[in-house]
Amino acid sequence: MSDLYLIYKNMTRKPLRLFLTCFAIFIAFLIFGAVTTLKGALDSGIELSADNRLVVVNRINFTKSLPIAYYQKVSAIDGVRDVTHMNWFGGYYQEPSSQIVAMAVEPESYLRVYDEVVVEPAQREAWLQNRQGALVGEKLAQIYGWKVGDRIPVSSNIFSHKDGGHTWDFVVEGIFTGSNEQYDTRQMVFHYKYFMETQTFGGDWIGWLALTTDDPSLNEQVAKSIDETFANSQNETDTSTEKAFNKAFIEQIGNIGLIIFGVVFMAFFTILVVVGNTMALAIRERTGEIAVLKTLGFSSPRIFRMVLSESMLVALLGGLSGLAAAWFLIEGAKATMARFLPNLIMGQDIILQAIGFMLLLGLVTGLLPAIQALRLNIVTAFNRGV
Amino acid sequence: MSQDVLFQLNGVSKKFVKGKEEISIFDHLDLTIDRGDFIAVMGPSGSGKTTLLNMLGGVDQPSGGEIWFDGSRIDSLGEGALTKWRAHNIGFIFQFYNLMPMLNAARNVELPLLLTRLSKAQRRKNVETALALVGLSDRAKHMPSEMSGGQQQRVAIARAIVSDPKLILCDEPTGDLDRRTADEILEMLQLLNRDHGKTIVMVTHDPAAAKYANHTLHLDKGKFVQRELVA
Repeated sequence: MSDLYLIYKNMTRKPLRLFLTCFAIFIAFLIFGAVTTLKGALDSGIELSADNRLVVVNRINFTKSLPIAYYQKVSAIDGVRDVTHMNWFGGYYQEPSSQIVAMAVEPESYLRVYDEVVVEPAQREAWLQNRQGALVGEKLAQIYGWKVGDRIPVSSNIFSHKDGGHTWDFVVEGIFTGSNEQYDTRQMVFHYKYFMETQTFGGDWIGWLALTTDDPSLNEQVAKSIDETFANSQNETDTSTEKAFNKAFIEQIGNIGLIIFGVVFMAFFTILVVVGNTMALAIRERTGEIAVLKTLGFSSPRIFRMVLSESMLVALLGGLSGLAAAWFLIEGAKATMARFLPNLIMGQDIILQAIGFMLLLGLVTGLLPAIQALRLNIVTAFNRGV
Repeated sequence: MSQDVLFQLNGVSKKFVKGKEEISIFDHLDLTIDRGDFIAVMGPSGSGKTTLLNMLGGVDQPSGGEIWFDGSRIDSLGEGALTKWRAHNIGFIFQFYNLMPMLNAARNVELPLLLTRLSKAQRRKNVETALALVGLSDRAKHMPSEMSGGQQQRVAIARAIVSDPKLILCDEPTGDLDRRTADEILEMLQLLNRDHGKTIVMVTHDPAAAKYANHTLHLDKGKFVQRELVA
């Protein structure tokens, strides 16, 4: 027998209470693990944004187009290194439910502005040369089994083809990877000119502009210059850093950070109160036993450690189970959510953060009972008739 | 201090404050306990029997005077040192047994040995010996809730002697037992004193229980009013 055995026996003396306490903690960390991972996946676009990349959209909102002439005008503004333009295609493959992130771009400037896109030189050249060619991300190609040279029909849920229907034929000329693992390769890009020639809406309109500045310190000045250039025109612009743009895009579905903070905080607070109360009650019930242990010669610091260890173990037991359940949940949802949230991964940072919270929970809930046990006076405890 | 003297109380006082009133339990109490003695402390409720026992066991400190144990003064020890001293020298037996309900008999007896440096095997051996001495070898795996009051008190006795303390303090050890079982427990204490040389101080209300001791001390209003040799 050891102190650990005593802690274990104390912990398990009321199995139903232990189960309910652990279950409450389990739920808290299931929520924490799942929601924090979801937030991480949503934020990954923000984190990967280049510091010197700006996005220019229509001031009304980003779904409104801009004239193609803006491309040249923005290129001429001081501090702008490279500019490209992009159009959202609203693509899907075979079934409308199989959505694809597909964009019509100006190929050469796109590859300069998005220098994270890594493609073999021969494939790059082939794509630049073939107006009907598409550059497909590695993961997207894996999902549908596409290879270089394949002809792929991709439909749009927004645009119509001149020949009738909503489907465009593309030739996979290159498959790109990202310069870092997190870069989202579940997307494809194709020639803006091919798109404009074949769609029925007509007009030289672009969705938005993406540009790089000579230095991140120039971002504010460049953004101001661009917006001033188009002030009082029919299509005023709103220029922001790519990070801010992505954040604003994500926040279209609500302030995720605030929601997560609210949910997690409320769950934690409730559980803290419940577990704290349960622990205090459990120790209160054991006042007599603690007095006996002290009488037998168990030192106060030793009993303090035992009580605190017990609450730590309960927090870790419930917390690790909850985190494991969250991991399985995320892994299960990964395949389904892959197209929308490619970076749905419970990273080491989330796991460590959760373990930190578990220890904190154990410490906070166990500290008061442990101090009570530490200070317990044997004579007073026995006089209480325990 | 004679070599035969295990405990000595010199002019011990104990006072505590209740509201604005200072209450004195003892005032200049002197007591000598010889090694190998079996003393029954008797007296009416509130006479200070349990407070005396608490001070002998180092769970309560006197307000004045000196307490010597085996040649060392213990009343000036700090809490930590007193806890260690208690673990090495004192065995306790309570009226309501005070066993840990989630541990079986053997584990309960083993508790004081967790405070020693004995190996696991040695601890197990000592537990077996202690349980055999109280006649409960066959109940080692039983939980307290599966045992009678008398059996539980025997487990408590085994727990009190397992670390071979110099002094055993008993607080109304038969107060919760029927006459026949009480006699069995008292015979066991007598055996520990007579055959194993254990020094025992027992607080009791029961004159029949006191007859098992070598000496009886009568305490009233914080003073020993009578010390008699049991025939």
